[in-house]
Amino acid sequence: MGLLSKKDSKLILDPLADDNPITIQVLGICSALAITAQLKASIVMAISVIFVLGIGNVVISLIRNIIPSKIRIIVQLTVVAALVIIVDQVLKAYSYQLSKELGAFIGLIITNCIIMGRFEAFALGNGPWKSFLDGIGNALGYGLILIIVGFFRELLGSGTLLGFKVLGDPIAKTGLYSIGYENNGFMLLAPMALIIVGIIIWVQRSRNQALIEDE
Amino acid sequence: MEKRTDKNLYTILFAVGMVVVVGSLLAFVAQSLKAKIDENKRIEKQQNILYAMGVNENDESSVSFIADEKVGEEFGKYIKKQIVITKGTNVQEDEKAYLISIKKEQTKAKDGEERRLPLFIGEKESKTYYIVPIRGKGLWDAVWAYVAMDENMVIQGAYFDHQGETAGLGANIKERYFMDDFIGENLLDASGKFAGVAISKSNGDPLNEDKTDNEVDAIAGATITGDGVAAMLKSDLKLYVPYFKNLKNN
Repeated sequence: MGLLSKKDSKLILDPLADDNPITIQVLGICSALAITAQLKASIVMAISVIFVLGIGNVVISLIRNIIPSKIRIIVQLTVVAALVIIVDQVLKAYSYQLSKELGAFIGLIITNCIIMGRFEAFALGNGPWKSFLDGIGNALGYGLILIIVGFFRELLGSGTLLGFKVLGDPIAKTGLYSIGYENNGFMLLAPMALIIVGIIIWVQRSRNQALIEDE
Repeated sequence: MEKRTDKNLYTILFAVGMVVVVGSLLAFVAQSLKAKIDENKRIEKQQNILYAMGVNENDESSVSFIADEKVGEEFGKYIKKQIVITKGTNVQEDEKAYLISIKKEQTKAKDGEERRLPLFIGEKESKTYYIVPIRGKGLWDAVWAYVAMDENMVIQGAYFDHQGETAGLGANIKERYFMDDFIGENLLDASGKFAGVAISKSNGDPLNEDKTDNEVDAIAGATITGDGVAAMLKSDLKLYVPYFKNLKNN
């Protein structure tokens, strides 16, 4: 990559696979379970988190030397909360339908542990550019898992993708449904997201043995 | 030596400064987007009201509203009159009745004040629709609806919505297969008394062919949301009974 040094591109690429926030660091599981019943919600959540974590990391990194250490966590929380409110308001103004569908989940970004986790672990100790890349990388890694989980849950649970009936119509019994296929309503419930995340972790670890901890 | 950023005074000043900066920033954002957000809410209300009386762009199974840019005009065309009902039968015309917040009115009623009841009278193909906004509680948060009735309190159309019901379960109250079940349901029982519409798991009428049983078929896995919808229909629509009685007597 010409634009970024090798070290910098590692900051973006590592969280996509070998240092993925969800499957390896096990952060941000809560929202990965909650909002992935539909692919569209997963994608929007991913974009929102990319925005909040990218900017948030830069802001924290810029003020890292003047933050009083005693109220460090409160300052971080304020920065996230402010950014999330801005995202929420902008969505309400320019993408009203979507903001309605996401509802409370936008607000829940505040409690997403990836964000506080990256502020604490990275932005407080690194410069703005590096923090920005780290934020984008981790948010992309998070978003990637979200979209994979959302894809399977919507496909198997509702038989649709982004609302399109890709498997036929379950009521009129066309497409796959005409040969007796049924949607798995279980897929719409949060526990199934955990099982899909588990399968992703399994696939990932069997491909890369270095990720398996020693007994 | 103690670091500068560890001092108490510094910490307090930093906190104060942070609150001022973040507070003004958010106030600025909220102010500059407010007009647009209010406009979106207004459009949504008009779309919902028109949807209930069957003015929409539905195809076979979708829920599609009149387009944003057309809705203001269509609303003026189909909604002939907006009224506010007080004391059961006192009727007053109010062009902005559709902007009345049902949530606020319900709180007022709880505090013992008079609750204003908005009602919109629409006309389509020389048929008159009486559309009423109602609000209640689902499993997680608020649920609300716009119900269009004829003068005998038989439901002609309904639009349901919710704040945060479970996706794929309770959230399906805004799907066609649920909302369309209400069309033709009588809110009064055989003797003409108000009964509402119950959401039933055991009525043995999954296709909803019986329109006078005061029941529609429930959504599997959404018992509490369904109960909430039924409770909302019962408590809020009941308030309009005196108005409809009056309508028939005149």
